Amino acid sequence: MGWMPRSKKARRRLLVVAVAAPILSLAAVLAFFAMGDAVSFFYSPAQAQAAHLAPGKTIQLGGLVAKGSVAKHPDGSVEFVIMDHAASEKVVYQGDLPDLFREGQGVVTKGSFEASGQFRATEVLAKHDEKYMPREVTKALKASGEWRGDEDKAAPTGATKG
Amino acid sequence: MIIEIGAFCLILSLILSVAQVGLSVIGRVRRSAVFYGAGEGAAGAAFLMVLIGFAALMYAFITSDFSVANVAANSHSAKPMLYKVAGVWGSHEGSMLLWCLALTGFGAIVALMARGLPAAMKSVVVASQGSLGVLFLAYTVFASNPFMRLLQPPVEGRSLNPLLQDPALAFHPPFLYGGYVGFSIVFSFAIAALIEGRVDAAWARWVRPWSLAAWSLLTVGITLGAFWAYYELGWGGWWFWDPVENASFMPWLIGTALLHSAVVTEKRGALPGWTVFLALGSFTFSMLGAFLVRSGVLTSVHAFAVDPERGILLLTILGLAAGTGFGLFAWRAPKLAPGGLFAPISREGALVINNLILSAATVTVLLGTLYPLIKEALTGQSLSVGTPYFNLTFAPLMALAFLVLPIGPLLSWKRGDGLGALQRLWAAAGLAMAVGLLVLWIQKPTHAAAAVGMGLGVWLIIGVVVEIAERIHLGRASLAEVRRRLGGLPRGAWGMSLAHAGLGVFTLGACFETAYKIEAAQALTINQSLAVGTYQVQLSDVVAANGPNYIAERGLVTVTKNGKPVCEAKPERRFYPANSQTTSEVALCLEGLDDVYLVLGERRVGSESQPAWLVRAYWNPLARLIFLGPLLMALGGAVSISDRRLRFAAPRRAAEAGPVAVPAE
Repeated sequence: MGWMPRSKKARRRLLVVAVAAPILSLAAVLAFFAMGDAVSFFYSPAQAQAAHLAPGKTIQLGGLVAKGSVAKHPDGSVEFVIMDHAASEKVVYQGDLPDLFREGQGVVTKGSFEASGQFRATEVLAKHDEKYMPREVTKALKASGEWRGDEDKAAPTGATKG
Repeated sequence: MIIEIGAFCLILSLILSVAQVGLSVIGRVRRSAVFYGAGEGAAGAAFLMVLIGFAALMYAFITSDFSVANVAANSHSAKPMLYKVAGVWGSHEGSMLLWCLALTGFGAIVALMARGLPAAMKSVVVASQGSLGVLFLAYTVFASNPFMRLLQPPVEGRSLNPLLQDPALAFHPPFLYGGYVGFSIVFSFAIAALIEGRVDAAWARWVRPWSLAAWSLLTVGITLGAFWAYYELGWGGWWFWDPVENASFMPWLIGTALLHSAVVTEKRGALPGWTVFLALGSFTFSMLGAFLVRSGVLTSVHAFAVDPERGILLLTILGLAAGTGFGLFAWRAPKLAPGGLFAPISREGALVINNLILSAATVTVLLGTLYPLIKEALTGQSLSVGTPYFNLTFAPLMALAFLVLPIGPLLSWKRGDGLGALQRLWAAAGLAMAVGLLVLWIQKPTHAAAAVGMGLGVWLIIGVVVEIAERIHLGRASLAEVRRRLGGLPRGAWGMSLAHAGLGVFTLGACFETAYKIEAAQALTINQSLAVGTYQVQLSDVVAANGPNYIAERGLVTVTKNGKPVCEAKPERRFYPANSQTTSEVALCLEGLDDVYLVLGERRVGSESQPAWLVRAYWNPLARLIFLGPLLMALGGAVSISDRRLRFAAPRRAAEAGPVAVPAE
C-alpha cells in the first residue's frame, strides 16, 4: 500500500484515527438526533400561558400544588391545580400520585396541553426528600415573587450551618 | 466530651495530612529514607484520627445525642439501630466524613502495606494522596463539620428520611464511596507516574488491583442503589437515567475502560499515556459525581442532603485536583515512552475498541447530564433531558461493544487470528441469533430492541463458555490434560469470565424485564382480586402493623397461579410521624427468576361504601437477573484481585513461577 505513511509510528496513528473516527462520529450523530426529541422544557403556569404552547408538545409544568385543589375521581384519575404567583393551571393525571405529593408543596409534572387547553400529565416527579424543592420551581417562584425563603430547611433550633 | 474528641481528631487529621504531604515531598527531593518513613507514618496517623472522629460521630448517633446538630437533623431516638448507624452517612456532613475516612484509609494502606514499590514513586503517591486528603479534610472541617453543637438541644431529632431507612440503602453509600474514593489511589499513582516519568508493566501491576477493587465496590454500590429504587420507590423502575444515577455511572464506565487499558499496559507495555489519562479521569468523574449529587445544580428525583452554597467549594476542589492532574498530564505525558506495537486485529486492538466505545458512551452520558446546565447558562431556560436520549445514544454504543466483546479474549496478543476467532464463535453466534429470532417470533416484532438485547446477552454468555473451552483445549486434548488445564487457569481469567458472563446475565434480564413486564392496578375491597399476567392477586385482609417509628397498614395478599398458591405477600403502607411522610413497602414474590411485585396504595371508598385499597401488581419477568448480573461482575473483580500475580505486595512472583501453560488473560 503505497499511500500509507512510511514510519510505523505514523501508520499506527493513522489506524487509531481510522478506528476512532467512525465510533466517535456514530456517538455524535446519535447524541445530536436523540437530543431533539428527548428534551423537554420547563414552564411555570405563568410562563406556559405567556408562551402559547402548541397542543401535544411535551413540556414540564411545575409550581406549587394549590391548597384544596386535589380531586381524586373513581376512575383513578386525579385533578389538581399548579400555581405560581401570577397564574394557575389545572392538571389531569391518570394514576397513583407519589407518596410525597402534597398540597402546598412544590411539584414538577411532565405532559402536554390538549387542544382544549387542559394539561394532561403523564408523569408526576416523585421527589424522595421532603426538604427538597426542584430547582426550576424555586427559580420560577422567585421570579414570580411567590418564594418565601427556606423556612423549611432550618433545623429545630435553626443552627445547623457550621 | 466524645464529640469534642471527634472534632479535635478531625482537625488533627487535617494537620497530619499537611505533614504527610510536606514530609513525603521533602523525602522525595532529598531521597531520604527517614522522611519517606515519616510521611508514611503521618498517612497512617491521619487515617487513625479520621477513624476516631468517625467512631465519635457514630457514638453520637447510637446514643441519640441531639445536642449535635447533625444528629438532631438526621436521627430520632425511636429509629432502629441499623438506621441510627446508617444515619452517620445519611447527611451531607456525615457522608463527607465517610469520604475522608475512605480517602485516608486507602492512603494508609498504600503507605504502610505496599512493600516493593520503588521508594521514590511511593513517596509521590503518598504525597498526592495526602494532598487530596488536605483538600477534602479542610472542606469537612471548615465548611461541613459534622461535630457542630446546638446551643439548645431539641428533645427529639428530625429523623432520617424514611425512604432511606432501608437495608439496601444503609450499605449503599459505603460501597459507593469505597468505589469513588478507591479511584483516588489510581489517581495518585497516575500523578506519581507522570512526575517520575515512568509508566511500565510494574506500574500497571500496581494500578490494576486498586482499579479492580474500586470498580468492584462501585459496581456493588450502584447495584444496591438500583435494587433500592426497584423495590422502595414502588414503581418497579431500577434505572431512570437521573443525573444522580449518571453521576455514579460515569466513573464506573471510565473505571471499566481503565481496567481494560491497564491490562494492555501491564501485559504489553502499550498505551501508557492513555492508561494514565483514564486513571486521572476515573477519580475526576468520581469528584464530579460528588459535586453533582451534593450541590443540587441538577434537578434529580434522588436529591438528598443537597446544599448549593457548598457546591461551589466542592467544584473548587474538583477544579484544583483535576486541573493539577491534567495539567501535569499535558506537560509530562509526551515524555512517556511509547508502548509496544500491535496489529489492528489483536487482543490490544480489541481492547482499544472497547476503550473507544466506553469513552464515547461516557461522553454521551456526560453530555445528556450536563446539557440542562449548559443550556440554562446560555439561554436561561430550564429543561430536562429524558430517558429516550440515553436509550438512543447509550444502547447502540453498548450493542456495538457487546458484539466485539467475545472476540477479544480469543485473539492473541500483538497479532491475532480474527477469522479463527470468529470460526470458534459460530456456535455462540448461531445460538444468539436463534434466541433473538425466537423472542421476536413469540412476542411479535414490536419488541425488536428486546430481541436484539436477548440475542446479545446469549452471545456474551456463550462467548465466555467458548473462551474457557478454548483455554482448556476441550475436545482437542485428553480428559486428564483438560482437567490439568482447568485447574491451572489463573484466577484473573476466571474473574474476567465471571465479569463478562455477569454482563450477559444483566443484559438478558434488563432487556426482557423492560420489554415484557405487565402492570395491573385496581382498587380492591377485602377478598376482591385482580389479574396480572397469569397470576391472580387477592387482597385477603388489611391489618394495622406498627413499627418502632412508624404506623402502618399491612395488606395480606394471596398470589395464585392457575389456582395453585404461589405466595403470601405482605405489602405495607407506612406513615412516619417524625417526618410526616408516607412510604410504600413493596412486597416481592420470588417466582424463579421473576418477581411478582405488589404495592398497597391508599385507602379509598369502594363499591357499596366498603373500604377499598388501591393495589398495584407487576409481573417483572427475569427481574432478578438485573441485580444478579452486576453482582457476578463485582465477584469477578474480587476473584481477579485474589489472583496471586496481582497481590498488592507480590507483584513479581508470577515471573519467578516460570512459564505458565495457559497464557495469562
